[in-house]
Amino acid sequence: MDVKHVAKLAHLDITDSEVELYTPQMANIVRYIEQLNELEIDDIEPMLGGLTDEGKATVTIREDVAYGSFTQEEALIEAPAGVEGHFQVPKVL
Amino acid sequence: MSVVSKIENVLTNAERLNDELNSFLSIERESALARAAELDAEPGERLLEGVAIAVKDNICTKGMRTSCGSQILHDYRAHYDATAISRLKDAGAIIVGKTNMDEFAMGSSNESSAFGPAKNPWDISRVPGGSSGGSAVAVASGVVRASLGSETGGSVRQPASLCGIVGFKPTYGRISRFGLVAFASSLDNIGIFGQTTKDVADVLTAIAGRDERDSTSANVPVPHYGSTLGNDVAGKVIGVPRALLGEGVDEEVRASIESAIANFESLGAKIVDVELPHAKYGIAVYYIIATAEASSNLARFDGVRYGFRAEEAAGLREMYFKTREQGFGPEVKRRIMLGTYVLSSGYYDAYYSKAQRVRALVKRDYTEAFTKCDAILTPTSPDTAFKLGERSDDPIAMYLSDIYTVSANLAGIPGISVPCGLSGDGLPFGVQLVGNFWSEQTLFELTHAYETAFPLGAKPAVFAE
Repeated sequence: MDVKHVAKLAHLDITDSEVELYTPQMANIVRYIEQLNELEIDDIEPMLGGLTDEGKATVTIREDVAYGSFTQEEALIEAPAGVEGHFQVPKVL
Repeated sequence: MSVVSKIENVLTNAERLNDELNSFLSIERESALARAAELDAEPGERLLEGVAIAVKDNICTKGMRTSCGSQILHDYRAHYDATAISRLKDAGAIIVGKTNMDEFAMGSSNESSAFGPAKNPWDISRVPGGSSGGSAVAVASGVVRASLGSETGGSVRQPASLCGIVGFKPTYGRISRFGLVAFASSLDNIGIFGQTTKDVADVLTAIAGRDERDSTSANVPVPHYGSTLGNDVAGKVIGVPRALLGEGVDEEVRASIESAIANFESLGAKIVDVELPHAKYGIAVYYIIATAEASSNLARFDGVRYGFRAEEAAGLREMYFKTREQGFGPEVKRRIMLGTYVLSSGYYDAYYSKAQRVRALVKRDYTEAFTKCDAILTPTSPDTAFKLGERSDDPIAMYLSDIYTVSANLAGIPGISVPCGLSGDGLPFGVQLVGNFWSEQTLFELTHAYETAFPLGAKPAVFAE
């Protein structure tokens, strides 16, 4: 695995010493998970999500009515930077 | 005794033991005492009236820190209560603090916490297990009777085993996940620690049930789980997957599991053999599905809307990269990268799709086994608490701590660990029972009967009197 490339896909700016640390570890983990290759399972339906039959049968649609949520002020309290009711970020271009 | 003096006592113990155990990341003295005073002024008889509860720091608690054990959320305060928290409060409970955990619940020892590990009260040179280590220690050290944790692959049951208490994971959909910070959504559950099965059953009764805000919470009636504790368990059928009790299990643990089987027999349970042929693939399946879902869920931590933001970034993209690089610790980065890799173009079928098929087989094994038995018994963990630092450099050795617990998360079935013995060097370990979907009540009847007839009979070295 090209750890540096994968890190880039994951938006992680990892250092060279991290590449050195993670490369053998990730290779070991990938080797471990590849034990699934010994199974012949093409005819098995994949299990999507974790729902039980009762969970699948549960009606999850609610009435289409508006209800309260955070105010703009509340939504911005935890933001590292905000200005005039907006999230502020470094320049994009 | 007034609620205020009871809670004062809990807070004093929590504060006094925390230097040694590091189980709490925050202790909420002011709000807990204010709530206690309210309860004293208007006494009630709700299920958890005045009961002190500690909560894992990845469950949102309004106005309280919710750090997930991570630098990236180190001073984040939640704006709202998780549904489990608002239901606890409605039942009269008082939240006394937020507990230490592996960063984003990724780990089996609590050592990946950005704030240092919690320590095992039986031997503070050892890990408490993880990822819900702090919540396990808060109960094991006698500070609280019950606490909330979370489980993705065994993060409540495994530390319960290593700390000598009861740890429980519900059926998927039994407890709303609204307000539980997502790690792997199809595997995540809020779980419960208790000094006894009764503590766990009462908390579950208070927090279980359908929640409009979590579409995966199921519309299944919630019984009063404590009401049938004490029922005779004679005639219950317990399955034992013999093939899983061989390789890799500590000798003392194995011997004690054999006596746990004999003990259940002496309570009148019938023991039968069952097969779980795909359980051995559980860890491999878990590390594909959990990391894939985590890589997606943790994409939200980007330094824009909340949490930590790296300084000195020239532009937006660089800010994302630096924030995530500086904000996440090594185990979280490893898992995000593994998840990114297994989902990346050209690899989806080889890993993710395959893992979902094996997951279906793991579930099918259980469904078949439960046609023959009411519960399946195994060790909770292959060994007792290991030394701090012992497995830090070997991710796979750490992952294998969850070998007996992870399959229940894959299948979505409930499981519980109850103390069953002490090793020669005085460390506790648990026996695990897993049951069919929605069979929580049967599991509780079994573990209540077990702990009543065969109590551990020892307390940790560090314990609040």
